[in-house]
Amino acid sequence: MNKIWLIIKREFLTRVRKRSFLVVTLLVPVAFAAMIIIPILMAVSGSESKRIAVIDKSGIFNNQLPDKRGVYFKYLPDANLDSLKRHYEAEDYSGILYIPEIDINRPAGLEYYSKGQAGISLETAINGDINNVIERKRMELEGIDKSKLDALRSNISVEFKSGSDEKKGNSWVAYGVGYASGFTIYIVLLLFGTSVMRGVMEEKVNRIAEVMISSVKPFQLMMGKIVGIAAVGLLQFLIWGVLISVIYAVIPLFLSPESIQAASQSNMMAQGNNAEAAEAFRRVTDVVDSINWSLLLSCFTFYFLGGYLFYSSLFAAIGSLANEDASDVQQLTFPITVPIIIGIMIMMKAVQDPGSQLAVWGSIIPFTSPMVMMARLPYGVPGTVPYWQLALSFTLLIAGFIVNTWAAGKIYRTGILLYGKKITLKEALKWVIK
Amino acid sequence: MNLLEVKNLKKHYATHKAVDDISFDIRQGSIFGLLGPNGAGKTTLLRMITGIFYPDEGSILLNGKPFEPQRDTPLIGYMPEERGLYKKMKVGEQTLYLARLKGLSEKEATEKIKKWFDKFEINSWWNKRVDELSKGMQQKVQFISTIMHDPKLLILDEPFSGLDPINSNLIKQEIFDLAQKGTTIIFSTHRMEQVEEICDHIMLVNKGHKILDGSVKQIKQDFKQGLFRIGLGVVPNAAQMATYHFTIINIHENTVTVKMNEDSSTNDILLHFIHQNIPVTYFEEILPSINEVFITQVQQTEKAPVATAAQQPA
Repeated sequence: MNKIWLIIKREFLTRVRKRSFLVVTLLVPVAFAAMIIIPILMAVSGSESKRIAVIDKSGIFNNQLPDKRGVYFKYLPDANLDSLKRHYEAEDYSGILYIPEIDINRPAGLEYYSKGQAGISLETAINGDINNVIERKRMELEGIDKSKLDALRSNISVEFKSGSDEKKGNSWVAYGVGYASGFTIYIVLLLFGTSVMRGVMEEKVNRIAEVMISSVKPFQLMMGKIVGIAAVGLLQFLIWGVLISVIYAVIPLFLSPESIQAASQSNMMAQGNNAEAAEAFRRVTDVVDSINWSLLLSCFTFYFLGGYLFYSSLFAAIGSLANEDASDVQQLTFPITVPIIIGIMIMMKAVQDPGSQLAVWGSIIPFTSPMVMMARLPYGVPGTVPYWQLALSFTLLIAGFIVNTWAAGKIYRTGILLYGKKITLKEALKWVIK
Repeated sequence: MNLLEVKNLKKHYATHKAVDDISFDIRQGSIFGLLGPNGAGKTTLLRMITGIFYPDEGSILLNGKPFEPQRDTPLIGYMPEERGLYKKMKVGEQTLYLARLKGLSEKEATEKIKKWFDKFEINSWWNKRVDELSKGMQQKVQFISTIMHDPKLLILDEPFSGLDPINSNLIKQEIFDLAQKGTTIIFSTHRMEQVEEICDHIMLVNKGHKILDGSVKQIKQDFKQGLFRIGLGVVPNAAQMATYHFTIINIHENTVTVKMNEDSSTNDILLHFIHQNIPVTYFEEILPSINEVFITQVQQTEKAPVATAAQQPA
């Protein structure tokens, strides 16, 4: 036990002390912060303000186009298009919107002039605005009252409740949480699994394996590495958790309340009013509250560790079959990466339809369960995921981990000492049965 | 007293018998040479003695007690042929780690390592990374990490490969010192000149079988062919050399090499020259080198692989 502890310590320390660990550990929260801050800043500062000269020969648009988000319309009904074209820049306009005399039923010939390309956002905005004005004008002509029409317009959404206590739920939040955690597990399996494999390969290729095996049992060496790297992963996630919550708490202090307000409004609904925005906020917080975070977090930790342990011993076994030739390993890892990729594919399905047969079985079979179950859990326990499924999934993952470790240990023990020979997977599997 | 007693050890793989019924004893404090061509089963044999492999059959007694890998690893220092260090680790940390895995406490290990680093004058390497060292320097570190826990049984598989003559000598001297202090050493190699220089006792294996074992002196005696080199005061002519006591192998100026006939003695040869009134300046027996013994014995077993299993010189 003392020896395995020494091995864990070494595996942990050599990785944590590396500069790359520090970089990755710090960069991820920074990227996360950037994801929050940049859209806010963009919404606040907007693009630089644009003044657009409008030459309206039809008289329909006068003072009808709304000034918004840094775009200001200046109406010059009497200006001459050709002369304005020559000096509009000098007069501090970024472009000219020219509207000829038009037939309201067949409008044509509207043009926009600017030095460079106008850009998609301006194009969409102007097109939308123009069409709104024309629609309104047509309605007036047809005798439809605009205020009446607005009153008739509907914008409600059904409240989806689930379970006996009628918890309010929202599939979108469950979808987001499920997708994010399923995907995180997928990354963990591949990233840390490969890290185990590379560690084993290093030991074999550097020829330290036999020196080590003369002091410790192969199984101790393998488990020490697996546990050591797991500890690195946990530490990393812990630091990320802390840093991200700190960033989350600190960001509002740096941004003025108005800017957050502006950002959330522009994100939520550009055309909506404040009451609607508030209602949408309330719905989101309701749903966030409706998710059982402590259950989700403990299940995430379980599947994070369980999935990692399930796969890492297999990765270790593959690493032990490696030779100096790295391309051999690529081939050998294939049988392990395939179930992981199938897992992420089922996860993407399951997160949309958590009750389907594929999702249920995918979340029970240990090869895919860590990813698929995490996609289903946010939809609710025991509503979407009955307790028996969760229990079965847990049990099978633990059993799978034990079987894998036992089998991988046998391959590892032989492979790690076998030099200069290309080992096929078939041979390696024979060592398990022997 | 025997430190190691190996009895009827067997290890069979699916395709071949790597070690097939090998027995031998090693006296405490002796340097035991394990010889054999590539693929003879040396590494498998050593791996069983170090507890890396379990034998299929047979027993190993270490210090008079049945060998138990878990308990006995601190008694053994093993430097395998396929050896290496963690490239990215610092030299000091690395040796400390390996010493602690052998069961030394941190304090004890640090003291021992310091002592050895002093002795080998490599104290300045403590904070260097292993991959900053040359191959020969790494070998030195490797050797220290093999012996720093004062093993009773030291197993060295090709310890001099990759070492320059100066470092070779340093390690060789250390091996002699350790043996002097009572450490038992198994020395596996196919560099025969080193064997003659270093080993007290050798065992030759091929194809999983023991071909012969004995002291270096004894083996040379056993395989000698009655050859003598004689220095003469004059260049002899053919008539002076005619006798039934020996046949001439070659004559090079005034040195002759002869093969003594079976029922003659060395004194008969000397008397012959005295009678011929040819002054003898020196007279020496030519013993076979271990290299010659090795080659002839291996060739013999190659020719008749099965029957020679237990062949021993009389």
